[in-house]
Amino acid sequence: MDTSRRRVLQLLGLSAAALSAPPVLDALAAGPPAAEPKIGTAKEALTARQWAMVIDTRQFKSEADVAPLVEACHKIHNVPKFDFKRWEIKWLWSTHYEQAFSGTTSTRFLSEEVAHRPFLVLCNHCENPPCVRACPTKATFKRESDGIVMMDFHRCIGCRFCMAACPFGARSFNYRDPRPFVKETNQLFPTRMKGVVEKCNFCNERLAEGKLPACVEASEGKLKFGDLFDEQSEVRELIKTNYTIRRKVNLGTEPAVYYIV
Amino acid sequence: MNDKKWIITGLVVFLIIVLFPFWYNRGKAVPPPEVKLTEKAKAAKECVLSKEYMRAEHMQILDLWREVVVRGAQRTYTNPKGKEFVMSLSNTCLDCHSNKADFCDKCHNFASVRPYCWDCHIEPPKEKS
Repeated sequence: MDTSRRRVLQLLGLSAAALSAPPVLDALAAGPPAAEPKIGTAKEALTARQWAMVIDTRQFKSEADVAPLVEACHKIHNVPKFDFKRWEIKWLWSTHYEQAFSGTTSTRFLSEEVAHRPFLVLCNHCENPPCVRACPTKATFKRESDGIVMMDFHRCIGCRFCMAACPFGARSFNYRDPRPFVKETNQLFPTRMKGVVEKCNFCNERLAEGKLPACVEASEGKLKFGDLFDEQSEVRELIKTNYTIRRKVNLGTEPAVYYIV
Repeated sequence: MNDKKWIITGLVVFLIIVLFPFWYNRGKAVPPPEVKLTEKAKAAKECVLSKEYMRAEHMQILDLWREVVVRGAQRTYTNPKGKEFVMSLSNTCLDCHSNKADFCDKCHNFASVRPYCWDCHIEPPKEKS
């Protein structure tokens, strides 16, 4: 057979064109690409660089002032009520001055009024949280977007390293299935299961809907909530105009809960 | 080799017992479960994504939702058709599919999967169907 060089080159060119045609035709025929699902936040969601709370303890005289706040918190988060101390689950509770601030300030010979005042304590959502460093599964993490120290209950393996690491005792372990001990279940929020640690979540589920935390809402102005790094925020204003203390600052965890004493 | 007949008999009995489930159920196939939709789900016509996708891959989307809601602090999902959903198992999925026993459990039991969602997430009250 006699084939000229020109013929071979023509054939090569033709086959190259034929091979490259289908993808081009496909792309032309496909039309606009299908829309991708989008993930985002609701318009009304509250945002901050670091959420912080200021508690005006001068306005809390007795347990009766504290109880509605604790009740509001524990009710919406399905926190179980155990009478046996060792099984207790606490997100928000009250304690005495010397327990809350020992090591930070002098707790010797207190003013009688302060000694009897209830001090609300909760997770401090530290800027430098030791629990996060202790967690082997990253179930506890500091949320980049707003500084909340969050728990991913799906990942918690119940090792309790975080409880050992937290200097504030803000974490509780579910020694028992909590479900039967939740008096009224809030259908909108999950419960926990046996074997996970839980704590205050600064009501991130409410912030996402543009609502303030439940305790702040129930406090009638005794608690203030806002962005610590926004100079115009209410919490910064209060910190500027009042003398505030925080729990165990000497440990360097930088708690985000401030107390006006 | 004097025990030959005993060994053979034993083997036959053994095989009959071991293979009992196979010959007992021969020719019968358990019909695949039929999922019941609530009125609300029927009215909505389409789920978050297409029916075929949801049927086969709903666990993927639930996993994605769990990740971005808990860890990514994002809670709204806009599907390709532009409809917006709050990413929540208890509050969005089960709002329509409030018949967990007839919707979720039927298939999960058939496929012998045991998701532990309900250890924490609250299922809707029983009286709704």
